[in-house]
Amino acid sequence: MNNHSILRVVSKFMIPFILLFALYVQFHGDFGPGGGFQAGVIFAAAFILYGLIYGVEKARKVLPATATRILLALGVLLYAGTGLFGIFMGGNFLDFNVLAATTVGGQHLGILLVEFGVGVTVAATMVTIFFVFAGQDF
Amino acid sequence: MILLLMAAAAFGIVKLRNLFAVVMLSGIFSLLAASLYVHLTAVDVAFTEASVGAGISTLLLLATIAITGEYEKKNTTSNFIPLLIVVITGVALIYGTLDMPLYGAADAPANVHLIPRFIEQSGTEIGIPNIVTSVLASYRSYDTLGETVVIFTAAIGVLVLLGRGRNRWRPGIAKDATTKNGENEI
Repeated sequence: MNNHSILRVVSKFMIPFILLFALYVQFHGDFGPGGGFQAGVIFAAAFILYGLIYGVEKARKVLPATATRILLALGVLLYAGTGLFGIFMGGNFLDFNVLAATTVGGQHLGILLVEFGVGVTVAATMVTIFFVFAGQDF
Repeated sequence: MILLLMAAAAFGIVKLRNLFAVVMLSGIFSLLAASLYVHLTAVDVAFTEASVGAGISTLLLLATIAITGEYEKKNTTSNFIPLLIVVITGVALIYGTLDMPLYGAADAPANVHLIPRFIEQSGTEIGIPNIVTSVLASYRSYDTLGETVVIFTAAIGVLVLLGRGRNRWRPGIAKDATTKNGENEI
């Protein structure tokens, strides 16, 4: 798609806003509709758009395979780690009440971390699946 | 109206042989489903449906037909028995809905059990305005952990099936593999 200059320029304008919107959905999920899952998908969509317009090779330079694989596992580990941390703090697995001084503060922190874990895993998964499919050369 | 459009889209998906059109129709189907969820005031679900169903999965299916080819094979076997099974299942499901409480009924089990507790208590227990988020992330944290692991497993499955392993020889990529010392993962 090297010749589509309109697509290239427009996508360059849009990608920062897509990423920003994904972060908004991620961290505003406590107050409005949204959360880790949707945010992860939107975040991945920005990279997939880049990959569609500029080619998978270039997109992989921005986000190498090793990075997505590490992020893939990191999200799940962050989620489960938040749960395990609850055990160390004297509660049950995935008990957020004990994470901070007050129970409400603990719940806030726990939900934030857990949603972030979901977002990271979903974004890495979508990017991985798309790049693996699009990178097939047969 | 939305349901009629959804039915039309579904019929088109079944009938058409051009897979590109089928993928586009399934995206439209998801978008219609999302507007149906908005109508039922389930904005979180609608958001997910719009971004995942209409957005990402359409893209992934497009990437798939780029590999597999655009036209579906003609089906030569008789499809009377599958049709019969589908009709019987459909009639049974519709018969099942006759027993369900009316949508929005105050005495429906969905509105009597647990939901009032979430609405009354989550403000003081969790302190987050969006009750959907507090149910998803805190009350039903185990479920969400399971979902995340499912997503993770999906990615692992795709990598195992289609990813280029570090030292695996494949006819199509042998040239690249030798130039880059076998480390050309995608």
